[in-house]
Amino acid sequence: MNQRGKFRLEIDPSGKESPWWVTVLAVVLAFGLVAVFIAATGKNPGAVYAKMLGGAFGTEFGLTETLVKAIPLMLCGLGVSLAYRIQVWNIGAEGQFVAGALAATAVTIYLPGLPFWIALPLMLTVGMLAGAVWGLFTALPKVLFNVNELIISLMLNYVALLALDFFVFGPWRDPAGMNFPGTRPFTAEESLPVLGATRLHFGLILGLLAVALAAAFVKTTRWGYELRLIGANPEAARHAGINIRGHIVVVMLLSGGLAGIAGMAEVSGVTHRLLYGISPGYGYTAIIVAWIARLNPFGIVVSAVLFGGLIVGGYSVQTLGLPSSISSLLQGSVLFFLIAGSILGKVRVRWN
Amino acid sequence: MDETLAVDLRQITKQFGTTLANDHVNFQVRKGEIHALLGENGAGKSTVMCMLSGVYRPTSGEILLNGAVARIHSPKDAVKLGVGMVFQNFRLVPSLTAAENIVLGETHQVWRTKAWMARKTAEIEALATRFGLPFNAGRQVWQLSVGEQQRVEIVKTLYRGAELIILDEPTSVLTPGEADQLFVTLQQLRSEGKTVILTTHKLKEVMAVADRISVMRKGKMLATLDRSATDEREVARLMVGQDRQEPRPRKARLKGPTLLDMRNLVVIGDHGRHALEDFHMTIHEGEIVGIAGVAGNGQKELAEVLAGLRMWKSGTITFRDTKWKGASVRHSIESGISHVPENRMKSGLAGSLGSVDNLLVKSYRTPARSKMGFLRHAENRLWSQGLVEQFDVKTAHLDAPVHHMSGGNQQKLLFAREIHQRPHLMVAVHPSQGLDVGATDGVHNLLMTLRDEGKSVLLISEDLDELLLLSDRIVVLFGGRVMGEVTHDAADREHLGMMMAGVV
Repeated sequence: MNQRGKFRLEIDPSGKESPWWVTVLAVVLAFGLVAVFIAATGKNPGAVYAKMLGGAFGTEFGLTETLVKAIPLMLCGLGVSLAYRIQVWNIGAEGQFVAGALAATAVTIYLPGLPFWIALPLMLTVGMLAGAVWGLFTALPKVLFNVNELIISLMLNYVALLALDFFVFGPWRDPAGMNFPGTRPFTAEESLPVLGATRLHFGLILGLLAVALAAAFVKTTRWGYELRLIGANPEAARHAGINIRGHIVVVMLLSGGLAGIAGMAEVSGVTHRLLYGISPGYGYTAIIVAWIARLNPFGIVVSAVLFGGLIVGGYSVQTLGLPSSISSLLQGSVLFFLIAGSILGKVRVRWN
Repeated sequence: MDETLAVDLRQITKQFGTTLANDHVNFQVRKGEIHALLGENGAGKSTVMCMLSGVYRPTSGEILLNGAVARIHSPKDAVKLGVGMVFQNFRLVPSLTAAENIVLGETHQVWRTKAWMARKTAEIEALATRFGLPFNAGRQVWQLSVGEQQRVEIVKTLYRGAELIILDEPTSVLTPGEADQLFVTLQQLRSEGKTVILTTHKLKEVMAVADRISVMRKGKMLATLDRSATDEREVARLMVGQDRQEPRPRKARLKGPTLLDMRNLVVIGDHGRHALEDFHMTIHEGEIVGIAGVAGNGQKELAEVLAGLRMWKSGTITFRDTKWKGASVRHSIESGISHVPENRMKSGLAGSLGSVDNLLVKSYRTPARSKMGFLRHAENRLWSQGLVEQFDVKTAHLDAPVHHMSGGNQQKLLFAREIHQRPHLMVAVHPSQGLDVGATDGVHNLLMTLRDEGKSVLLISEDLDELLLLSDRIVVLFGGRVMGEVTHDAADREHLGMMMAGVV
């Protein structure tokens, strides 16, 4: 690269992964950067962060709310991480999440009055299938016509969100809802069980189960081995006779299916109805969750809880007169520094 | 100071890590001559040209241009000093017109009005006509033929005031007709007082167009000859060098039954043209067949067809008495063909994975390695440990990423995997590339052992020493066709060199 002066910069061609502390440094720098903005509003950043920490993890209510937010992040994050493993850049978890929520709600609209032991498995299944089909819409153009998956998956998010608007403003609107854009409330039979008096629902078990299964399958099966090989070196995988296109289709089905489960769990476990703006961007935050965890399934549990805490902590600082968008600011900064870290991590300074 | 020298390299050394690409090279080009720089791949020609055009800086030594010491630190410096380089892969923007490409980077004019562009286009067309380099300057580059694009590149260097024009393998992308036209152009450039340096592998072209010829081998400059005072034979002999190696002891070979038979094979390369044309080859059991040839004459495609990675257009392939229906990697693996690819880290190994995962690449589907879709984790580790020990692969532990290993150990790991398959045929492409003497010897032992066990090896290499050392027969490829074939005992470097250069 630059050849002048006392030193020059080179790109390390070996493609090694950056060390773990780059991730930690990215998070620390993100909090540092946002501290500047907090200080600019005249507040003490230390006090604000302490308040966020206390709000997210300090009380039983805070902790269970944090876990409630972590559930969709965990499922969507696991989904996108599978795709990222084989270098398929699925950024459509948001749309796949909404597709799952829509399909699960359709069960309550068109098949009302089912007992829980039929309603819940059925909602889960159709939610998962809808997410998977939404993922397939991204996979097929990619493997058949080599269309960029980033663009399709992103565009399909808008399609799903507009479909959501159509149903909650139109045919599915609750007539007793005083013009509020949402469906009728789910019955108890259509709602996932919760823990005691909290809002923490059965989705947490689904999420942890999915993480454990994914981790086990990637580690122990031939399929998982092929994914690892494609991810590490697609050219070597081709020389081993692995059908990469087939893997892209399967992984996108799974990726979408997991986000679909998240969508089902959200309507059936938290909101108990389909609402306008059902997702506050879980599908996008999940991308950061997956990268912070470096695509490691168990790491995703940890980072999903941390980001759930960030969202809940963002609400708790509202009492200090700060907007909850502080947490969006933090999320964006974390992603910014993570990407910067992974790029700068490849640059080596050589002294002339 | 000798004012008649356009280029004078004095004791130029260039080191990349531990590799010596140029070893005290002296190279002199007279003003107004066409000078051909010859050498096999890896001889150091490209390094010389990159230093002249400012891409690399020499580790030590001096570059003189027109008698004055030149400090060429960047391609920009080279342009200022009147050096123009035409790369093998053109540096053109396909969606811009030829004229726009040529004025690209010109800093004197901020506003590119229509009138200004029209004036420039006319200027460029006049320049092109003067040198006999016709092309439509107003047309977008992607619409021009490869030959026309090359002319655009040459005119670009002239437009920027180049007095010395360097062409890297200019004919490798051209049709024979276009190549003839290029030679006329080069003579035109010479008559206008320009100096031309070109590299090529094709001796016929060199003899047709060059005034003087310099030959490099293994980083050293061997000789500079006047074309009128030499012939193809002498140049070929210089290029391939003398036989210095002790012949290996080899067991007498009983000619086994036919293992592979390829007939009338036509294969299309990535460039869309015929990479192999009317190709015939037979391999018997228990022999090493070497493929000699300069890179890009169809070797890569031949290896890919056998590995099941590339489909052939017509012709037949019969392997172990079975006629192949189509290209399938799994079919190739299962029928007993192992493949040591050209670039081990690019397509052979997955650098970020450990030894176990890399050893499993070809065998993970077999019942010994997996059951009902699950890998036999514990057995596979033991098996890997055994292979790593048997092939003496030095690694910190089985899960250490293989990109931490040395090149020699990576190659041993790859060979362990490929030989463990008990292949009937091993396709080994440049198997000792980048390895030190000891590791190279180890690889050669493995190949000879395979042969002595009655297995066959197709050895594709650009290293004539290696081919002469190991092969029972050597087949020479040129332009996708078999130029000739020699047996181990009758092999003669000079004759091989001539065939590789397309002379006989």
